Amino acid sequence: MKKYLTKKVIIYLFTFFIAVTIDWAIPRFMPGDPISMLLSRFEGMEGGREIIEAQITSSFGLDKPMLEQYANFWGSLFKGDLGTSIYMFPKPVGEIIAQAIVYDLILLLPAILLSWVIGNNLGAYSGVNKKADNTMMPFFYFLTSSPYFWFAVVVAFVFGVQLGWFPISNAYSATIEPGFNLTFIGDFLHHWFLPFFTLFLVQLGGWAIGMRNMIIYEMGSNYSKYMESLGASDNLIRKYAFRNGVLPQVSGLAIQLGTIVAGAMTTEIVFSYPGLGYLMLKAIVNQDYFLVQGCFLFLVIFMLCANFIVDIVYMLIDPRVRFSFSGEV
Amino acid sequence: MKGHWKVFLAVALVLFVAATSFAYDRSETFVYGGGLWNAPTNWNPLTPWQETTGTGGLVYEYLFLYYPTTDEFVPYLATSGEWIGSKVYEAELRKGVKWTDGKSFTADDVVFTFEVAKDNALHYSNIWKWLDKVEAVTPYKVRFTFNDNVHYQEWKRTLYDLRILPKHIWEAMDPSEYLTTANANPVGTGPYMMEATGQDRMIWVRNENWWGNDVMGQPKPKYLINLVVNGNNVALGMLMKGELDLSNFFIPGVPKIKDTFGLTTWFKGSPYMLSENTALLFLNATKPALNDAGFRRAIAFAFNPAMIAEKVFENQVKVANPTGLFGEGWTKFLSEEVVEEYGFSYNPEKAKAMLDELGYVDVNGDGWREDKDGNAISFKIIVPNGWTDWMESIKILATNLKAVGINAVPDFPDYSIYNNMIHDGSFDMAINNNSSSRSTTPWTYWNYVVCDEIYGEEVTDGNFGRYDNPELFAAIDDFNMMQDTDPAIMDKAAEIQQIMLEAMPSVPLWYNGLWAQSTSSVWKNWPTEDNPEGYPCSWAGKWQYGALEMLINLKQ
Repeated sequence: MKKYLTKKVIIYLFTFFIAVTIDWAIPRFMPGDPISMLLSRFEGMEGGREIIEAQITSSFGLDKPMLEQYANFWGSLFKGDLGTSIYMFPKPVGEIIAQAIVYDLILLLPAILLSWVIGNNLGAYSGVNKKADNTMMPFFYFLTSSPYFWFAVVVAFVFGVQLGWFPISNAYSATIEPGFNLTFIGDFLHHWFLPFFTLFLVQLGGWAIGMRNMIIYEMGSNYSKYMESLGASDNLIRKYAFRNGVLPQVSGLAIQLGTIVAGAMTTEIVFSYPGLGYLMLKAIVNQDYFLVQGCFLFLVIFMLCANFIVDIVYMLIDPRVRFSFSGEV
Repeated sequence: MKGHWKVFLAVALVLFVAATSFAYDRSETFVYGGGLWNAPTNWNPLTPWQETTGTGGLVYEYLFLYYPTTDEFVPYLATSGEWIGSKVYEAELRKGVKWTDGKSFTADDVVFTFEVAKDNALHYSNIWKWLDKVEAVTPYKVRFTFNDNVHYQEWKRTLYDLRILPKHIWEAMDPSEYLTTANANPVGTGPYMMEATGQDRMIWVRNENWWGNDVMGQPKPKYLINLVVNGNNVALGMLMKGELDLSNFFIPGVPKIKDTFGLTTWFKGSPYMLSENTALLFLNATKPALNDAGFRRAIAFAFNPAMIAEKVFENQVKVANPTGLFGEGWTKFLSEEVVEEYGFSYNPEKAKAMLDELGYVDVNGDGWREDKDGNAISFKIIVPNGWTDWMESIKILATNLKAVGINAVPDFPDYSIYNNMIHDGSFDMAINNNSSSRSTTPWTYWNYVVCDEIYGEEVTDGNFGRYDNPELFAAIDDFNMMQDTDPAIMDKAAEIQQIMLEAMPSVPLWYNGLWAQSTSSVWKNWPTEDNPEGYPCSWAGKWQYGALEMLINLKQ
């Protein structure tokens, strides 16, 4: 158990170092620089741009040698300082992300968990029920092959514009003031539903298909046949099949997280939902080194934590992993 | 234990429901989008390139407003201003104006606003190259004394473009903060004040004590709510649902759907929108063939901007005049004779004939023209990836060039790479409109299209093709130093236009619009061609063009 965790932690720390270094380097290796981008559309007095460009560049330390910038970056990172955004100056990157990430978590967590649970159950059901299989599978294939942004546009058009049931943009109505009261929370949920629904449905298809195939495979495996020949009830066989079938789905969740988060980003853009998605798009387009760095750092941490949790869950639900590390097998 | 829980839950629920909810009354709220692209973070009037739109105009005010549709200077913080002789400008200031913290606005504030740029490196510090001193003659009269190089044209724009600061606040600030402060509690003299911000919105509240209430009338909406709208597809959906009062997005399809959804645009029919800036094709004068004025001029005849206006913009834009000039402020200097003699228009046969004559012919028989020495030439036309209207446009331009035998392809690098290419001069041809917005003087246009800041490694102010002509640069400087009443100014303007048309450093193609669509479920009486009062624009730095007049004239 301890051996397993130690090994995992070391791998995760190493991954973190590499990922953060890449995260630092990539925006800086893009051609161009954020300051001339920032000022590119500024129409001022003759020669005004030259006066401020140098000042701003040095105020961000961007005139220093690359290695020094890299060292400074790690230095401030350990102090918890992610720097100041260039594009959304002078707000600290940490603050910007803290305010945006709330919206991502509110969308992502329910969508991921619900779609995973419901998807697996529906998949398992259609794996054993021919009729359900025939009716649901085409639908699941349709869902899973839909790109998030495309599905978001369809959902927005049908439920938002055509039927008019839901608002199609922003986190809450224009005229509402945020507060801890029913009006606001109702309005918030009303706005939250369509982006959530999009993420939920697209993921649902994938989990259901995966689980269906696993169940069919497990039901045809030797241990199921053996149990059947021993006269075990269908329910009992299914229960075992599900327990075995769910294992790849758990590791699948870890693998899929990247795609899901990327999907959430595009979905947020379609719905003008103020999470990290739109923020990152703007940060990248405007070459805001510090904001890009901060956003990716956050994603890296999020992904590593999520993977770590999945690893632990995996260990809990699959005794073979646990035993292999404790030397009992 | 179980019972406790129930009581607790019940109490919590009652409290929860009873908690007062506050909502802005929609009937006194103006909801708009298209000028705010991220969570608002900055209200610093000294860094206009990153201020939240409305900081200049709603909070900080100008000496004058400028109405581009009539080319009219409207007295604002200054009630009048005039040149006393050739080097002294005097402005009478409005009495009874208060900063939102209760202090009175006086000439000292104006003097400070200028002098702060003398002692600190700010974006308008260069004014001190031609300004000698600024003094408060009386508490409500400011005298500007200039040296021999008065930039009369640039001064005109400064009058309606420089945000006047409260001396008592900015004086107390450490000058090192001038460029770095967020100025989160902006104190201005304007009609609105900061109310609240959200991750996806900026909310302004009306200043009930605004000086203009008695002078110009009170703006109707009590609250202005500026939403971050991520793109034109979202804006379109919101317009269809009546959730936005005003959208400042370019939206394809508006001509087709505007009547169905009751949208108001400035013109009822084509071009629907007012013209806002000139979209130009910059030609890199350092590249083979493009370094030949004859070649550049010849290809100007190959382009068919009318087709772009029709096919790409559904006639929401107008084709540009060969000089690129439009709007009252500029066209009063337009020389019809020069256009008549040196102008160009779509004429592929003529383009071919001109290229043949110059010696750009297909020598090796591959179907494409070679340069005069027989070397193969080919060009990439670039616009930023994702700018769909421009992407479609350069496809047409490339086809136009191919039709006269010039090998050209459209290319769509990412915005940052596009910017880098035009800055470091590695592009062949690029569409750009960074600083071609309408203004009171064509000097701003010329100072961008053929600016003289082209000798460094990076060219960022304009003239991206690095067209070098000291004679033209001098003429533009001369024009800047002429008063509108100068008898020689028309000739100077004609000279500039002629050189530009002969040398063709860039090709003006069409006028991008002031994209504006409004709905009438809450607010009516929008500014239109029949009701030209106000300017439906919420873009940063353009509030002084009449957006306030629009807010004052709105009706329920």
